[in-house]
Amino acid sequence: MIKRIFIRDTNSSSADKARDFCNVLRNQLREKQMDEKVQLIRAADMGVYNQGIVMRILPDDLLYGQVEEKDIPRIVSETICGGKRLNDLMCHHAARQCRIVLRNCGVVDPESIEDYIAQDGYQALAKVLEQNDPEKVLAELKTSGLRGRGGAGYPTWLKWNLARNVKESQKYVICNGDEGDPGAYMDRSVLEGDPYSVIEGLTIAGFVTGASKGYFYIRAEYPLAIERIQKAIDQAYACGLLGENILGSTFRFDAEVRLGAGAFVCGEETALIASIEGKRGYPRPRPPYPSTQGLWGKPTVINNVETLANISPIILKSGKWFAGIGTETSKGTKVFAVTGKVKNSGLVEVPMGTSIREIVFDIGGGAGSGKKVKAVQTGGPSGGVIPEDFFNTPVGYENLQKIGSIMGSGGMIVMDESDCMVDIAKFYLRFCVDESCGKCAPCRIGGTQLLNLLEKISDGKGEEAHLAALRRISFAMQKASLCGLGQTAPNPVLSTLNYFEDEYRTHVLEKRCPARKCGRLFRYSIIQEKCKRCGLCVRNCPSDAISGNREKGYVIDEAKCSRCGLCLETCKPNAILRG
Amino acid sequence: MVKGVINGIPVEVKAGTTILEAAKQVQINIPTLCKHPDLISSAACGLCVVKIKKLNRMLRACTTPLEEGMDVQTHDPEIVETRRTVLELILSNHPNDCLTCGRNNNCELQKLVADFGIREESFEKFVKEIPADDSTGTIVLEPQKCIKCGRCVEVCQDIQNVWALSFLERGVHTRISPAGDIKLAESPCVQCGQCSAHCPTGAIFEKDDTAKVWRAIQDPEKYCVVQIAPAVRVAIGEAFGFPLGTNLTRKLYALLRRLGFEAVFDTNFGADVTIMEEASEFVERFVHKKGTLPLITTCCPSWVDFMEKFHPDMIDHFSSCKSPHEIVGALAKTYFAKEKKIDPSKMVMVSIMPCTSKKYEITRTGEMFASGFQDVDIAITTRELARMIKQAGLDFSHLPEENPDHLLGDYTGAGVIFGATGGVMEAAIRTAYFLITEQKLPKVEFENVRGLKGVKETSVSVDGQEVRIAVAHGLANVEFVLDKIREAKRKKEPVPYHFVEVMACPGGCVGGGGQPYGVTDELRTARARGIYGDDEGSALRCSHENPYVQKLYNEFLGKPLGKKSHHLLHTAYKSRPIYKR
Repeated sequence: MIKRIFIRDTNSSSADKARDFCNVLRNQLREKQMDEKVQLIRAADMGVYNQGIVMRILPDDLLYGQVEEKDIPRIVSETICGGKRLNDLMCHHAARQCRIVLRNCGVVDPESIEDYIAQDGYQALAKVLEQNDPEKVLAELKTSGLRGRGGAGYPTWLKWNLARNVKESQKYVICNGDEGDPGAYMDRSVLEGDPYSVIEGLTIAGFVTGASKGYFYIRAEYPLAIERIQKAIDQAYACGLLGENILGSTFRFDAEVRLGAGAFVCGEETALIASIEGKRGYPRPRPPYPSTQGLWGKPTVINNVETLANISPIILKSGKWFAGIGTETSKGTKVFAVTGKVKNSGLVEVPMGTSIREIVFDIGGGAGSGKKVKAVQTGGPSGGVIPEDFFNTPVGYENLQKIGSIMGSGGMIVMDESDCMVDIAKFYLRFCVDESCGKCAPCRIGGTQLLNLLEKISDGKGEEAHLAALRRISFAMQKASLCGLGQTAPNPVLSTLNYFEDEYRTHVLEKRCPARKCGRLFRYSIIQEKCKRCGLCVRNCPSDAISGNREKGYVIDEAKCSRCGLCLETCKPNAILRG
Repeated sequence: MVKGVINGIPVEVKAGTTILEAAKQVQINIPTLCKHPDLISSAACGLCVVKIKKLNRMLRACTTPLEEGMDVQTHDPEIVETRRTVLELILSNHPNDCLTCGRNNNCELQKLVADFGIREESFEKFVKEIPADDSTGTIVLEPQKCIKCGRCVEVCQDIQNVWALSFLERGVHTRISPAGDIKLAESPCVQCGQCSAHCPTGAIFEKDDTAKVWRAIQDPEKYCVVQIAPAVRVAIGEAFGFPLGTNLTRKLYALLRRLGFEAVFDTNFGADVTIMEEASEFVERFVHKKGTLPLITTCCPSWVDFMEKFHPDMIDHFSSCKSPHEIVGALAKTYFAKEKKIDPSKMVMVSIMPCTSKKYEITRTGEMFASGFQDVDIAITTRELARMIKQAGLDFSHLPEENPDHLLGDYTGAGVIFGATGGVMEAAIRTAYFLITEQKLPKVEFENVRGLKGVKETSVSVDGQEVRIAVAHGLANVEFVLDKIREAKRKKEPVPYHFVEVMACPGGCVGGGGQPYGVTDELRTARARGIYGDDEGSALRCSHENPYVQKLYNEFLGKPLGKKSHHLLHTAYKSRPIYKR
């Protein structure tokens, strides 16, 4: 029997190490003439974190962690050829997660449709086509309480129903795979790890809404996701699961991949549509909503990757089952990309209602640095910062909104005490300013002005009036920006300003950065005991801020110091103090 | 119909009416910098936000339709504060060099800033240096002053189908420019100037040639003459508080003399001559079957440029007749100069036009130098004339009424209607009818070719024969007509039309790119009304009845399409494809 081995480097999202490891393993298998009997699969996500290279060997169902290249000969001869379990390599990972979206990641070969079908793949589509009752699917989705996972949380059944009710011969469904939040890679992992279930979900969406054409809009920076979705589409056509008369029914559905060129705003649905149409990626005002007038003016449903991955399980296991997971208003699970200052960074899929504390500490293992966790940022650049005091909040659309953040697409960045809140706000804002399309004035100019003020504050040029100006511009941006990007761009500023106003005030009034992050707010002084009176710092100082002589020693004039740090770099006896 | 409430006042409007429009019905103006009645809302500026009760958001009034039962608040301290912040943000990215800007006192941004009582610059100013583009000699782009409302891009792409202007780069670096970051002169721009007429600020502006005119007038060596286009007389009054569409022809004659011009002509006379040539050309092609049908008019230089760039396969259809002001120019430096014994080398001809493109036309080809000199030396727009009047300190409203100088100044009703869409066609039919039947028309008005419908198709019976005609204005509307002609050619069917009139600007010259700001369909209609009123009030309403036209042919030109006419009054076209669409 053929063995299948899933491999992933759980320490890094870079594929290099796993690729090298695979190559070594493949060569050794070839030497033993085993390469025909073993299938190696590079998995996108396996629900295991910080365990180095992890291997899942099927059908034995063995999970090895912290595997090194030196272990390969042993694994090949003993486990693969001999069928023996190597106890010292066994990985015991905490099973707090509930994997619905990621159910197939690391279990099903993402490049084999047969493998997917063997794991109940396409059962849901078969059921839907056999029953031939779109209303029933809608009812099931309504019962499930599934809401859009892209961030806004619009009920999926309602979106589908709106498009379904428009009388129009041509309709479209689009899978939004333009994931762009810094640090987020949920959609990428699903597209890379389980492309078939996304295609199946989109096909069902097409059937229910009456669309005969679907697009996968995937950012070009995800080459593996694009490759796998394309391969999966080709295989689905070959198997009669796309194209005419799917599974013997009269239903016809075509799918095609369109690449995003890297603009964050193209994840916004109206800009995404403009991009597919070949126009400049500008958003437009809604209404009309895409459900009634979307791609090329036709009714269009746009769903996020994660939303679509939820469809088949709901159809197979019932909406009631799905509604049993989660909270009153937020059902099912949510995938979070937990990154930042956390010990176990990676994707976690947890039931809605799990507290932030559980995610950060129980699954994430707390701060990797050993420092105190200060806050998390959810929802990417559109979201907000949640301080540790609110970590008992159960995650859900409304709950997170109440505390000034949003669910967003599921980015979760953990910050510890070494993170400066002004710096964090600046980071996210710069992202939004860079990604602003430039169409509407509030976002285009407001964002730039906010960034300008934050830079002043972190450069020690802040004034108290700047804090009021930050709030004023933020308010206008929230109210008057055209699309979600501009309306939410000031959220990181407002949430940090609300929860950490003290930190801002320290920057402004004392010209000090408590987290010691803002370079321009460091103070440089000379530790006289360590100083060897060499005078190197005097010669290197570009601002003539250091005075003194070999006899009396040297001092730095804070008023003249430009905080460039050159003295610190050049001082051999480490006599310059930064703080 | 839907019913709603705006600021507590019940309002009932047609379904689909935006809150911005609905509010006007209850005497509420919501500020905006991007919305223009000619264009689909781009929703860019963010100033028109209003509150909808029960909705925790502000929505844009320019794009949100009033819905049944909607309760709208257009003004409250929070809304006004939001607008003020947005306005101050826009101001922080604008040079604010109002005193030396061409739009000073006439700028939509300046007006709003004054209305909001903004007295300080709250946010740090940042304006990126972007060099101006004055490569065309007709329109100057100053991207620094641009507030990115998108009107110019929309009018260039959607109304004119030229696609010369677009947005480059993104975010705070967004700027208007021809696509590919080339100069306007290298772009497909046809210089219609609609972008400059729709720009709310001074970012797109006609090339100011008034200094050249002043210099010529003041030069004792020069003999300065002037002509005014039909559409100028019904629009110039807007800059001086006259009611919309007031016809100021005879005040303008007095005014131009006081500015220092030695002879005052009227482009309408040139229009009458154009009709003599063009109607004869039509009769040649229609009756004598010499030449291609349909015949297409060529009075509009932007249309000529557009055709040469995008539709050179239609060159055969083009009338070779020059536009009226070029005809007056050529005749002034030959016929008039000879009669009055003036040295044509000393003569300076100034055309006052509703149009930016005429600045380009005066040196378009060698034929524009038919008199042996440049036939028209300077072309200025209506807006430039308004500025000259103010500089000269003339009290326009109280000026007396005077008559033009003879030989090139007297016109018929057919000449003046050139200023409105359908006018050239109507004037040509009036004379063609006479040339074919040698009879007087029982009724000179052809209502079917008038009005603002984008493409007007109709037919007239001349001597028992049906003449099928089409009138298009706004270059995006031309495609429909041309495609129909091409389709018939391909299928070898009879031509769909015999005679086609095209004007680049919506509404024809009354809506020209050089006319006073704030053009809307209402304004175009009012200006056209002034023009048709002039026609109705004229004793003579057909070009061939103009005694000075008759005198011109008898004593100087000979007959229409004759050798002299051909030399002075006709031109040629060449294919200059810029790129394939």
